[in-house]
Amino acid sequence: MSNDVPADLADQVPRAMHDLGGVPRFLCEAVDTAPHALDDFDREVDAIRQILGAKGVMSVDELRRGIEALPEDVYHRLSYYRRWVRSIASILIEKGVISEAALRAHATSRGGR
Amino acid sequence: MTGQLAPGTRVRVRLDWPETRGPCHIRTPYYVRGQEGVIHRALGRFRNPEKLAFARPAEELALYHVRFDLRRIWPEADADLLVELFESWLEAA
Amino acid sequence: MILKDLDERDILNGLRALLAEKGIADAAEIAARIAATDAANPGQGAAMVARAWTDPGFRALMLADGTKAAEAMGIPMRGLPPLGVLENVPGLHHLVVCTLCSCYPRAVLGYPPFWYKSAAYRAKAVRTPRALLREFGTELPADIAIRVVDSTADYRWMVLPERPAGTEGWDAARLAAIVREGDMIGVTIPSV
Repeated sequence: MSNDVPADLADQVPRAMHDLGGVPRFLCEAVDTAPHALDDFDREVDAIRQILGAKGVMSVDELRRGIEALPEDVYHRLSYYRRWVRSIASILIEKGVISEAALRAHATSRGGR
Repeated sequence: MTGQLAPGTRVRVRLDWPETRGPCHIRTPYYVRGQEGVIHRALGRFRNPEKLAFARPAEELALYHVRFDLRRIWPEADADLLVELFESWLEAA
Repeated sequence: MILKDLDERDILNGLRALLAEKGIADAAEIAARIAATDAANPGQGAAMVARAWTDPGFRALMLADGTKAAEAMGIPMRGLPPLGVLENVPGLHHLVVCTLCSCYPRAVLGYPPFWYKSAAYRAKAVRTPRALLREFGTELPADIAIRVVDSTADYRWMVLPERPAGTEGWDAARLAAIVREGDMIGVTIPSV
């Protein structure tokens, strides 16, 4: 009954940056309720993630872990799908699906859009 | 807690902070850790995301909608709460 | 952090090329997936809501098994997370959030809106929900309780709002036209 965790005790434990429920620093920030259209980059990253999931190459849980592993300043600075593409690349490299060197080689060759 | 938990069963969320011990992926929000709630509904069995996130073999766990009084977490909250929680995070209250 | 020196657009260029080279995903496959994803939209959820308002059997199915109800409307659900439906009733209003990431009932509503993914929305929904609703222009009477649903795991949740007064005799198509995206997450309430 009275064994609830006092908020001041819980707040002493470091919190993961993505775990945002009730976080004081965002309580005074207005919610931007305006529509924001997705662009081609966003849609392509989303589609790639779905395909990787459907083919068993990488799960949504791995995607989330990769996002949660971003440095806090990067997490809050990057747009939603920019976080995703960083997570996808790092997870696929970690799993050996692709190599960092190959990704770098193709990244600068700018194929496609 | 294991075995099917009936709606109305009082439970407590484990007071644990895996994120302070190194890389992990958990789906139990910070703000419900250690809090007491009530089983609202059993949602079925799903593979453990804490292992799926590292591409490890993942067992199925019972998942529950657990109901909390948010005012007991934050007096200003003026609402109650449903959260999906895995049995591995629930203790008898 | 790896690839720190690369812009995310360059990372995407690299990924696209490598996934094609390895036979994991080619351009046509990606384009098809984008088209399929773009096709999902809040009109689908609105059609479910309108049918639930006019067809008691469908309402019962939707509350018992959202996935089956969506499939009955021709919405593809195979391989997707189960859909749960939260019924607003007199005196109880539901509000959906994902405080950990951005879990959203995409199969029936499409891509999550920008605000749903924002840190401010995720922080406030569980702590100051009534004030949060006001940011969306929703003034909930004090005698209506709020139930916040933090979407943390394997389900995706949508709200079945109450049918507004003044819609007596309307058919499902006319009703569907008044149901907005936010009504099915609980930040707004349908009205006429």
